[in-house]
Amino acid sequence: MEIIRKNRKVDSIVKTGKPKNTKSILKKDFKKNWFAYLLAIPVVAWFLIFCYGPMWGVLIAFKDYKPLLGFAQSDWVGFKHFVDFFQGPYFWRVVKNTLLLNVWGIVFGFTAPIILALMLNEVRDGKFKKSIQTITYMPHFISLVVVAGIIHIFTADEGVVTQILQLITGKDYTSLLGYSSFFRPIYTFSGIWQSVGWSSIIYLAAMSSIDPALYEAAEIDGIGRVKKMWYITLPQIAPTIVILFIFAIGGLMASGHEKIILLYNPLTYDTADVIASYVYRRGLREASLSFSTAVGLFSAVINFALLWITNKIAKRTSEVSLW
Amino acid sequence: MSQQTRFKRSRLKPASFGDRVFDVMNYTLLIVLTLCCLYPLLHILFASVSNPTALMAHKGALLKPLGFTLDGYKLVFKDNSLLIGYRNTIIYVGLGTLVNMIMTIMGAFVLSRRDLYFKNFIMIMITITMFFGGGLIPWFLLMKDIGMYNNLWSMILPTALSTWNIIILRTSFQALPLELEEAATIDGASQANILVRVIIPLSKATLAVIFLYYLVGNWNSWFNAMVLLKDRNLFPLQLLMKEILVANDSTATTIGSAGGVVINSAQSATAFRELVKYCAIVVSTVPILCVYPFLQKYFVKGAFVGSIKG
Repeated sequence: MEIIRKNRKVDSIVKTGKPKNTKSILKKDFKKNWFAYLLAIPVVAWFLIFCYGPMWGVLIAFKDYKPLLGFAQSDWVGFKHFVDFFQGPYFWRVVKNTLLLNVWGIVFGFTAPIILALMLNEVRDGKFKKSIQTITYMPHFISLVVVAGIIHIFTADEGVVTQILQLITGKDYTSLLGYSSFFRPIYTFSGIWQSVGWSSIIYLAAMSSIDPALYEAAEIDGIGRVKKMWYITLPQIAPTIVILFIFAIGGLMASGHEKIILLYNPLTYDTADVIASYVYRRGLREASLSFSTAVGLFSAVINFALLWITNKIAKRTSEVSLW
Repeated sequence: MSQQTRFKRSRLKPASFGDRVFDVMNYTLLIVLTLCCLYPLLHILFASVSNPTALMAHKGALLKPLGFTLDGYKLVFKDNSLLIGYRNTIIYVGLGTLVNMIMTIMGAFVLSRRDLYFKNFIMIMITITMFFGGGLIPWFLLMKDIGMYNNLWSMILPTALSTWNIIILRTSFQALPLELEEAATIDGASQANILVRVIIPLSKATLAVIFLYYLVGNWNSWFNAMVLLKDRNLFPLQLLMKEILVANDSTATTIGSAGGVVINSAQSATAFRELVKYCAIVVSTVPILCVYPFLQKYFVKGAFVGSIKG
């Protein structure tokens, strides 16, 4: 996260001026910064209540939580819920679906904005570039609910996408959201539709800070456009790509339950049901509170492990990392 | 073509054949992609003013409205639950975004102080929440326990802060020259004065970006509402939209058959219900689409600061 560290110098200059004794440091600190500490109270309180509070509540994964008995009265059951989940019929289904949807997301969804940014970067006409950007940003501002609504409309029996698919394949399709084999493509490509323009901003910003001298030198060497893209632009934005990739991996197990809940139905559970939607359904719809907390905890642990591993690999291979 | 001449002028050498092919392909692909992004929106817009019976009979793409009627919009604006939803959304967005901005400015200010003894402690505490969380169920149980269930505050307080936005804003605060603050301090300004008179006015661009993030987020949010709200009179627009559009719940809307337009047969009732879907999409989406052109100029800066500097 710390690629640009210009401000750090200032920190060290200020710090060297401090006295050594902790007590006097604190006294001086509170006297000087009382206003900042005053502002910190609600912020810290919010984090303690709304972020750390639920972390404490994770303990119900190891209890047989009954709302009537409350947290303290409910019995401890150890890893029972985890074992139930691992041995249950849906374990592999939700793990597989979570991984596959995210692999699709990374293969197509992660690369699409990079490609768009590379293409836009080659457009010299400012007005044309700007209008493309304005239009491709737009879907980002549409709510997930409405996007899901549009998907429902477009993939209905008479919908545009269904009709096009019928033209291409010659087969007769009913509503595409009823076929489990179509869920992943629909989910992934609608995601690209919604976010490709917006996500490309960051890469375009990174490209705008590339030293033009690199391109000029390449032009003198007579290198073509595609090669310039491959040998100059792409390596120059690589750190940005790596950071965003780490984040993408870090969110691998946690992503997308809102859209899945809006799009799936019992017909497509076998390809659509992911850990997060399973947690929602079992926990809030069927009130298996402890069980779904355990499932959620399992995915959080895996998620963090993935983030940690990716970060480690990124650090080794490209010297870019989150920590 | 004028585009071609502009290319040539900006280069050291005239474009080669390969480069021209590249340009043609690049432009074509970009135009196709842009049309793909635009078309679904146009389709919805055309459908929303189309004759409902003609719309029902139509298959595939719409390239222009089928006839013209505003009956769908009339129904939408006569429907009481949608109007209440609109009102609720405006309250949640207004109040919520205000709370978001105040809390985020406070958090960012605290973390941007260079000499705060507990700064690193607070920073670590905040950063951890980006990677760990309790999960949906513990969160939900806690919200119930502390009274964040089925009232106005359940839509405001649980989302009062975003760690990411605090960090974006902190980075922007830190990028301001230290001398400005020192000069203000010498002039006798307190920290509060410095925050209000120096730091905030100088960080307008970043503030605009996070304001937009919060605004869009609040306008489009529905999941918390679905989980935390029970009373239909508290439902925001998006949750009602979910019922109209996705209808996984059995509580699907009955707007199509109500309102001032007289509907004769069961078939045209269905047709009107379809029409209302499109109109509801337009009505719930246009306000948020209208906001973004005003803030567009800040996007690049905001996105860059947010994602790279951390």
